[in-house]
Amino acid sequence: MSKDIIKIEDLKRQFTMGTETVHALKGISFNIKEGEFVTIMGSSGSGKSTMLNILGCLDQPTSGEYEIDGVSVKALSRNELATIRNEKIGFIFQSYNLLARTSAIENVELPLLYNSKVSTEERRERAIKALEMVGLGDRLHHTPSQLSGGQQQRVAIARSLVNNPVMILADEATGNLDTRTSYEIMSLFQELNQKGITITFVTHEPDIATFSSRTIVLKDGSIMQDYKNHKVQSAAEQLAKLPKQDD
Amino acid sequence: MRLLNLIKIAFKAIVLNKMRTLLTMLGIIIGVASVIAMLAIGEGSKESIRSTISNMGSNMITIQPGADDRGPARGSGGDVQTLTLQNYEVIKAQADLLSYVTPVVNGGGQVINGSNNWPSTIYGVNPDYLEIKVVGLQSGSMFTNVDVQSASKVVVIGQTVVDNVFSDGQEPVGQMIRFNNIPFKVIGVLEEKGENTFGQDQDDVVIAPYTTVQKRILAIDYLNQVIASAISEDDAADAVTQVTEILRTEHKLLDAEEDDFSVRSMEELISTFSSTSEMLTVLLVAVASISLLIGGIGIMNIMYVSVKERTKEIGLRMAVGGKGSDILMQFLIEAILISITGGLLGVILGLGATVFIENFLNWPTSVALYSIVISFAVCAITGIFFGWYPARKASALDPITALRYE
Ligand SMILES: Nc1ncnc2c1ncn2[C@@H]1O[C@H](COP(=O)(O)OP(=O)(O)O)[C@@H](O)[C@H]1O
Ligand SMILES: [Mg+2]
Repeated sequence: MSKDIIKIEDLKRQFTMGTETVHALKGISFNIKEGEFVTIMGSSGSGKSTMLNILGCLDQPTSGEYEIDGVSVKALSRNELATIRNEKIGFIFQSYNLLARTSAIENVELPLLYNSKVSTEERRERAIKALEMVGLGDRLHHTPSQLSGGQQQRVAIARSLVNNPVMILADEATGNLDTRTSYEIMSLFQELNQKGITITFVTHEPDIATFSSRTIVLKDGSIMQDYKNHKVQSAAEQLAKLPKQDD
Repeated sequence: MRLLNLIKIAFKAIVLNKMRTLLTMLGIIIGVASVIAMLAIGEGSKESIRSTISNMGSNMITIQPGADDRGPARGSGGDVQTLTLQNYEVIKAQADLLSYVTPVVNGGGQVINGSNNWPSTIYGVNPDYLEIKVVGLQSGSMFTNVDVQSASKVVVIGQTVVDNVFSDGQEPVGQMIRFNNIPFKVIGVLEEKGENTFGQDQDDVVIAPYTTVQKRILAIDYLNQVIASAISEDDAADAVTQVTEILRTEHKLLDAEEDDFSVRSMEELISTFSSTSEMLTVLLVAVASISLLIGGIGIMNIMYVSVKERTKEIGLRMAVGGKGSDILMQFLIEAILISITGGLLGVILGLGATVFIENFLNWPTSVALYSIVISFAVCAITGIFFGWYPARKASALDPITALRYE
């Protein structure tokens, strides 16, 4: 039986804004096993991003338990959390968050710069490998402004892969992209998943969810549904079925 | 290894943000350079006054006829005839705090050598004059007390006079010249002293025994001045008191009466002039401090804004595993690199400006080490502090808060 990468138990997160308290997450529990491809669905404001930020150790829950790869996050210091983010997690944002005027390869190298175990040569090698993996082997020295949205998101994916994380977390990674590019990105995620990488993918588009093996649906900070997808679609096949673009 | 990475990151960030780097540096460069240049002007003028005065003989004491507060409106000191040879002799005999004393009579006239003609001033003095004025001879010799007693027609002349009445290469010593048609034999040439701070040519002089000048040129029996030198600079003030008492007795002044002469030490002259230049320096320091302050505020602004602007970048760096301390270190290194480079460029520009002022505007300058140290330190510390402080605040944020920052 494969192990649990993520274990959360009665996770709550509330935001206090003046006198008002927003309950963004109202007690959520689930586990994610190694090698799973999970999509988190839900309408806007349902708490998906809040959830994912906590999973990515970018934010702290108000209460509840969270274990990542067997480590309880609650007890960790800020520095230890940084190390977890650096070594175990690859985070992908809707808005890419690449460093401007910085080449693709240097953007991808960024996480490794904060990992002193990796030498300069190894860093370069791994960044090139990650970029090749996302199909940008010929765009190493392009800066974000010289790349299309889809290519920028590929750079961001390469950046999330470069540290060999135990899981990748993506928050509406296809939200800014057209259908064709979205499917290309999803097909890339499926490939990565096939190589054994655990993926948690936040989206509000139902067709994207059909590419994953499991879907968790949130509503107003609570889990509505959590189901296995027995008929996982291949993004590559769907891509082929799309009407040809006439450009 | 980790530090090396952070230096690399900081360096890349600096190169990435050329404009911001340039603006920050500009504040530092101008702040540092203006302080160095302004203080160099202040120090330079102070030093030049100081050196002029000590060239004139720092323990020199000047005795003039006429009360101290008599302005030129009542006639210059030289026209007052209350200072006599008798006074000089008594001073010489009684004032034991003086090492050299000479009477001075002076008058303008034409120096003539053949067809060459030059207006100059003749000073009638005794041989002590050279010691008092701290000046030597470049050739020939000084006249002696025997020349004074016999009122010999011999002169020692300054380089300006030599240049104007002798043709190139002609040896002045041993030649005859005429001053106001009286023939004199040139027996020596004074060392060159150049202009003093007040623009006076110290080489445009003719020096002769005072007896000769009194009798043959001016036809007077009083003195224009007596100058002396105290046995040491420390004794100058006491010497002034001593001479004053001697002269009051000589002039038979009652207690209620004011002095009808004035005795001044170089010390007083120095303090008069150096208080002026002190004021100039204070003024320049004030201006320099203000420009340093403005430079500091500029540095502060740009550093602060640039860190704020980069809060999102800080969030991203933390999201991919940068620790708070890594972020802080990066910004600190950036601030140090920018501030120190800017500071060094400022020092270079300041020194360059000083050289320019000295050579093209002909103002005396003297670069004070303290001005370099202070301006550099102030700018570097401001730059580093205001690079560090907002970065510290940003690095204490949760990564998600920093990432969301607009
Ligand atoms: N930093 C915050 N401060 C206050 N309220 C927040 C904050 N982040 C999220 N929320 C609130 O929490 C709820 C869930 O937000 P979010 O997780 O971003 O939703 P989703 O990503 O599903 O659209 C929303 O009501 C939102 O307004
Ligand atoms: Mg969201």
